Formats: sequence, C-alpha cells, structure tokens
Amino acid sequence: MGRTLTYGEALREATEQEMERDPSVIVLGIGVDDFKAVWGTTKGLVEKFGADRCFDTPLAEDGMTGVAIGAALAGLRPIHVHIRMDFVLLAMNQIINIASKARYMYGGQVKVPMVVRSVIGRSWGQGAQHSQGLHSYFMHVPGLRVVAPSTPYDAKGCLVESIRDDNPVMFIEHRMVHYQKGPVPEELYTVPFGKARVLAEGKDVTLVGVSYMAVECMRAQKHLAEVGIDAEVIDPVTLSPLDIDTIIASVNKTGRLIVVDSGWTNCGVSAEIACQVAERLQGHRDIRIQRMGYEPVTCPTTKNLENLFYPNPQGIASAAYAMFHGNGKSWAPALIEAPEIVEFKGPF
Amino acid sequence: MYDKFFRALYRIRRVEEEVARIYPTDKIKSPVHLSIGQEAVAVGVCEALRRDDIVFGTYRGHAIYLAKGGDLKKMVAELYGKVTGCAKGKGGSMHLIDAEAGVMGASAVVGTTIPQAAGYAYALKLQKKDNIVVNFFGDGAADEGAFHESLNFAALKHVPVIFICENNYYSIHSHQRTRHPVEDICLRARAYGIPAERIENNDTMQIFEKVSAAAKELRGTDAGPRFFECMTYRWKEHVGPNDDYDAGYRTREELRPWLEQDQVNVIGNKLEPSVRERIETEVEEEIREAFEFAEQSPFPPAEELYTDMYV
Repeated sequence: MGRTLTYGEALREATEQEMERDPSVIVLGIGVDDFKAVWGTTKGLVEKFGADRCFDTPLAEDGMTGVAIGAALAGLRPIHVHIRMDFVLLAMNQIINIASKARYMYGGQVKVPMVVRSVIGRSWGQGAQHSQGLHSYFMHVPGLRVVAPSTPYDAKGCLVESIRDDNPVMFIEHRMVHYQKGPVPEELYTVPFGKARVLAEGKDVTLVGVSYMAVECMRAQKHLAEVGIDAEVIDPVTLSPLDIDTIIASVNKTGRLIVVDSGWTNCGVSAEIACQVAERLQGHRDIRIQRMGYEPVTCPTTKNLENLFYPNPQGIASAAYAMFHGNGKSWAPALIEAPEIVEFKGPF
Repeated sequence: MYDKFFRALYRIRRVEEEVARIYPTDKIKSPVHLSIGQEAVAVGVCEALRRDDIVFGTYRGHAIYLAKGGDLKKMVAELYGKVTGCAKGKGGSMHLIDAEAGVMGASAVVGTTIPQAAGYAYALKLQKKDNIVVNFFGDGAADEGAFHESLNFAALKHVPVIFICENNYYSIHSHQRTRHPVEDICLRARAYGIPAERIENNDTMQIFEKVSAAAKELRGTDAGPRFFECMTYRWKEHVGPNDDYDAGYRTREELRPWLEQDQVNVIGNKLEPSVRERIETEVEEEIREAFEFAEQSPFPPAEELYTDMYV
C-alpha cells in the first residue's frame, strides 16, 4: 500500500508534475496564484514555474476562456480553473461555440488542448449560485470531453490524461470529493477516458453515482448489505465518452438501476444513462430504473432545507430497498450525516 | 510597389464579384458576407505582415483570408461545400481557415475571436517568438463583453497583438449612432492604456504604413498591444450578394464618397495601363481556375460527417 493523498492534493501533484514535464502546460484562473490557491490545488505553482505559467486573471470568464483557446491554438496546454462551475456559465460562448467545434468546423486544421477545471456541489450554505452541477450541459455538445472522477487516484490520473488530451476537457470536481483520501502513486500515470469503475460488486441492484454521489452510493451499499441487499456500485469516471457497456453489463445482471447524480435529474446525466440502458435492454431484459439527483428547486442555504435538496445515502438505500422488494415495502437506515459535511467549517 | 497592392485589392474584389454573380445559381448553399468595399483594410494590414504572422478574422472574412495568403482554390471549394475546401466543406464561408498561411478560423459569433487573438499572442510571447497576431473585427464587436475583456488582458500582459476595428458603421442594419453613446471607438482602447489611432477614408497605403510601423514595434518586445480603427464601408447587403440601398436603413448618397475613393481604382490608377492590364488578366485567369476547381471537386463522402469531431 502506497502513499495516501486527498483528492485536492492529487490534483495539485498532477498539475505540478505535468508542468515540470511539459513547458507548454500553463495554469490560469481567478485566484490560482493567491495564498488560498483554489483550496490548495494550485499551491506552489507560481513559485516554482513563474508568473508567466501560473497566473491570476481579471474577472472575465468569457474572455479568459477565449484567451485559453487562443493559447491552445498556438500550442500551449492551458488549464483554466474555476472555483465554482456557476461561473463557467459566463464562458459558454467560447466553450460551446469555439472549443467544442474548432476541430470540426475548421476541417481538422487546428486542435484545442485545453482543460477547464470547475467545482460543483455542496459544502454548506453555498446556496443557489455556488452549488450547481451543470456537467450535463457539456455532455450535450459533441467535441468536449467531460470527466468527473470521485477518488484521489482517478483525480490525478484523469487530470494528467486531460492535460495530455488534444481535445477540450471539462474537468468536474465536487467540493466534497476534494477531502476524500486514498492511495495515489507518486509517479505520473494516466487514467484512460471512457472506462467506468466498478467500486463494489453485487447482484441485486446497480447504483451508478456521479462524482461525489459515487461516494454516497458506497455508503448506501453498506446500509443495503445490512438488510441483505447486494448492491453493485459503478463510478462512470468519464461522462463523455460514457462507458455505457459497463453499466449495461451490470444492469443485465441485476435487473435494477438507480442513477444518482450531483445535479438535477431533468435532461441530466441520470436521464441519459437511464435512457441508454433502456434503449439497449428493452425487449431483452425486464428492468426497473430510477433517477435520483438534486430536488427540482433552486438550492436553498438553510441547513434543514439543504439536507432535503441533496440525495443522501439513506435516501439512495431506501430507494434501492423499495425497488428490490417491490409491493410497496419500505425501509430506511438511520440518517447519518457524512463526516466531510459535519467537519466542513467554511467560510467557502 | 503599387502593383502588389493593386493585385491584392483587385483579386479580392473580383473573387467576391464572382461569388455574387454565381450566388443566385444556388451552387453556394451557405450564407456569404461580402467584403466588397472593405478590401483596403485587409490588404493594407496584411501586406504589412509576415507569412508566419497570425490573423484572426470575422465571418466577413473573404478579404482577410485572401489578403493574408489563404489558398483561393480551397476558399472557393469551401463555399461550394466541396471536400477540397479549406474545411472539407464543413465550415463554409463564415469559418474560413488556412493555418499554413497564418489564417486562423473565423467565427460567426461576433467578437468571439478577439480573446483568442489575445491568447495566441500571449502564447507567442511565452514561447519567445517574434511573430505577431492581428485581430480583425467590426464596430459591432466593440459592443461585446469579449472585446473589453480581451483588450484589458492584452494590455495587462503587453502581448504582441494589433487590434483592427473595421468600422463600417453598421451592425447588420443598425448604425453606430444607435448603438454607441460615444462615436470614437479608439477611446475604448485608450481606456485600457492601448495606443489607438483612427485611420479615415479606407486608405490602403496609410493603413499599410501605420500597421507596418506597429508590427515592427511589437515583434519580440513588450510594446504591445496596438489598436487601429479603420473607417470603411460595406457596399453590399449584410449577408448575401445584393445591394440594399432601397431597404430604408441607408442611402446611395451615403455610399457615394466611398465609391469615389474606391481603392481598387485609386491604386490601379497609379500603375502603367499595361501593368494594370497584365495583373488583371492574370487574376482573372487565377479566379477562373479556382471556380473551375470548385466546380470539378467532389462533395465530401458520407463518412466525412464523422471525421474531425475529436483529435
């Protein structure tokens, strides 16, 4: 067993090692070179590589995304960091109209090797505009890669893969997975896109969890084991391209699928996965499908309502139990608040 | 010296007149935004550049593409939707590109290439190269947030980019006076500390001289950026091959001074008639060949639908 790092530390290490290996890698974004360094994920980079390769930007998300694209067209490999995905909405024109389309509409003459890091999801009290998980917006558009790893190992390997990939990559980080700890090799390695991970094997129900919801699904899996239900948990890791085959193989085995997203369900990742599974298995296998995600409201700040807004392991386990037994049978494990939520102390 | 300017101006004018002539046949099944009347800006600027300098243009980009050395055959084939086009028929008139000639892809969304030009110039500086970037955009783009965000960044980082605002007074059918409380767009650049100058009268040689001087200052230095507002006039409708002086938003009277100082004639008249005639003959032949090439080229095969989506 090797070294243990947090997810955030794994991101920092991946960036530092890639910048060391390849002088064309640069990091830009609001606050990347300040003393907080985007929760430590860019710490030390400006000292080591200089202000030309790691720099703070004016508050100009659209313009700075265009700058990153222009730099990528010129042969650099920019990593543009957004401390919240909500701010990426200001950059949609550059991402959707140029980054995703440049290779195709310019007849293969150019490439845009750019990484856009952005943070989604809860900590506490972040409210309407510091919590959104809008990754499905980017899955909708051909030409973008969308990755949302949930473990420190995958965080490092996927970020390295993203930096080296010649396509624009949306790198999605849930605020709460930043604190997850796990083994991370010191040396550089890549985690290939388009390969889901089976985090736990089971035969009764398939739980697919996106980003932090993979962590929450693993907790639900343990609750379910206590009542004799054997859940298989899958982390898609990459959302575009999506490894639907691994999910379908699992549902073919269990006959039951619950997809839990760190985002809303309407037209979201959960809808897409559920649809693809239904398209492939209809007529071959009797299956039950359910989507779970943010409640269909704006995220509130107050704690008791916020707790109702997000999916949690108890809710996931309860839904799986009801799906497994049918006939209106219900059960729910005792509500235990996640340690990273309990320990979170802000201010941001 | 005037012969190369005349050739460039005449060539662009005649290519676009041919596009306009052929357009009603529906062989070009894609929107075209003609530069007729505005050639002086593209030619004056691009003649001041090196082959390895980079330009970012706009959807009204035929003149920029050709002036910078973009391949004519590939351009016409692209308009025809042929696989031999610069984007294999998948980009069309609004997304012309010729990376080898330093012509980066144009965008249909106004103002979108401005930050890319700034970012490209940032990369050149980081890579310690001495080529520069020129970015063309219209007066309409100066309304966009990306314009301001990009000028601010370019000035902050002193990147080697020359911003060329082609002010043709109109954003589609809206005159600048209906959009801008202050007429002088240079003031916007100066607000970010960028040296800016307006060049009146669509004057090819003046544009060439000023941009040449700016390019010299910017190569491999910290002196950038620079900004020029080049006053010019679009003779044709916003999109399409026709005139639109009867549509009510502008008059033929407004066009008249621009016609009188038509740069194709102004520069052409500086040449010996025999020289002018020789250039015209050569250009006509080149254009004939380019349209012939486009006519004869095949459409992309079905599998092209899926290529170049990812690297």
